[in-house]
Amino acid sequence: MGKILVIAEHDGTSLNASTAKCVACATAIDNDGVDIAVLSADGASLCQQAAALAGVARVLKVDHDVFSAQLAATLAPQIVSLADGYTHILGPSTTFGKDLMPRVAALLGVAQISDIMEVKGPYSFLRPIYAGNAIVTVEASAERKLVATVRTASYRAVSSDGSAAVESVDAGADFPTHTRLVEIKASSGDRPDLQTATKVISGGRALASEENFSLIYSLADKLGAGVGASRAAVDAGYVPNDMQVGQTGKIIAPDLYVAIGISGAIQHLTGIKDAGTIVAINKDPEAPIFEVADIGLVGDLFEIVPELEKQLG
Amino acid sequence: MQKILVGLKRVIDYNVRVRVKPDGSGVVTDGVKMSVNPFDEIALEEALRIKERGGASEVIVMSIGSAEAQQQLRTGLAMGADRAILVESDEAVEPLSAARAMLAAIEREQPGLVILGKQAIDDDNSQTGQMLAALWNRPQATFASKIVLDGETATVTREVDAGLETIAIDLPAVVTVDLRMNEPRYVKLPDIMKAKRKPLETVSFADLGVENEHHLTATHFAPPAQREKGIMVEDVGALIQALKDKGLA
Repeated sequence: MGKILVIAEHDGTSLNASTAKCVACATAIDNDGVDIAVLSADGASLCQQAAALAGVARVLKVDHDVFSAQLAATLAPQIVSLADGYTHILGPSTTFGKDLMPRVAALLGVAQISDIMEVKGPYSFLRPIYAGNAIVTVEASAERKLVATVRTASYRAVSSDGSAAVESVDAGADFPTHTRLVEIKASSGDRPDLQTATKVISGGRALASEENFSLIYSLADKLGAGVGASRAAVDAGYVPNDMQVGQTGKIIAPDLYVAIGISGAIQHLTGIKDAGTIVAINKDPEAPIFEVADIGLVGDLFEIVPELEKQLG
Repeated sequence: MQKILVGLKRVIDYNVRVRVKPDGSGVVTDGVKMSVNPFDEIALEEALRIKERGGASEVIVMSIGSAEAQQQLRTGLAMGADRAILVESDEAVEPLSAARAMLAAIEREQPGLVILGKQAIDDDNSQTGQMLAALWNRPQATFASKIVLDGETATVTREVDAGLETIAIDLPAVVTVDLRMNEPRYVKLPDIMKAKRKPLETVSFADLGVENEHHLTATHFAPPAQREKGIMVEDVGALIQALKDKGLA
């Protein structure tokens, strides 16, 4: 039976929602224990949050000042020192986990399976390749530890009604000094986080300017939705990079996704195909976005969006 | 800095709609256009710009794969790389083995910087750069949109979920690049002719003293689940009604 270690993602104060989704994936693997490792400068509150996640057996609290910056170069050797006794080590397929987990795998001399979307067996998983145009079944050897990242859009967060034990572990790795955090510039502001929002409104190139994107923000605020964008809109400079939805941006699974002025390149569709309901508004009736939309409306977004906002009351 | 090493992977061209073979044994590659992984092209462009600014003396492109990958290395040479190394293997190469082969090349070439794409658009693994940095025991700056070199260090801007993260790294290091790093140049015909005369060395895993280990097996390929066909509505009123019917408005 497997013994699974999940690496927590956090910002120093709150666990990222990706952690509860990783736990959901971990508990789908036959196991006799899912533990979470919280590596931070001061993990008391974070560990409480981790201990509440349903299905977690133990929380490993590893405090060290060096973890105030969550850098792969310093986190990876610490995770390796915790790895003994675990069969699987999982992290989220967010930029945090994608950066970190391969470094852990290489230090352990083992393979990684990226973007698990379904567990078929303890060493058998489904994952997307070719921007989601194919789904491959990958089997790993039970002889070695397995490192993997979890495609968070494929899992629902476990509930927070558990009560796992928290154990302190001394930080004991040899931390390199060759990598230093300078700054993190977050641009999203007060709107709901794109990756956890239940509703997301996205704008595309057809918005035609940064100023026109205010239409999208205004509608999103009315609906209490997060705001995303296509790659074309980000490349054109209408919005910052962290709003990009799609294969090379964020892969999301809101209950409602509204694509406005987005043609629907395959790279974009990859990022939204787990959404509950997809609404597309586009002036081109042939736009590929309509092939995946549950509700489509052909027309001029500059007329439709203000009207939509008005009629929503 | 003397040398920059750039990884180039041969992949199905990004404009090709990839299809799964009916028997589930893989994806259709017969007669399909192959190209340099677009992220790797951005990596090479960045290396060339650093060299053109006087920041490096030589740009080496490296690929791991079948003999056909020579075509992609020639493309890299035509873009402006000085020479190429192909680690030839007809077997599948997992990221860990690719990283080990690159490390062997690094030990021989001693580059000051290694630049790769943030992921290859075939397997979408996003592992090789990070694994290489770990094995090399050097810094990694993944998903980079900007590199500023300053002597023995580099300041790299990374595109992360929260926004933009800036880190300082000591060189040598591994950088993996994201889409917005630059726009790769087009290759001109005279450069393609010139590239034919540039050195391209072929070695094997054995020559590098690396074993091409296989830890994973892809047992079945399937097309993705399709979403059910939706409805078209005529106006905003009908859209709102449809959303209400689903309990979404």
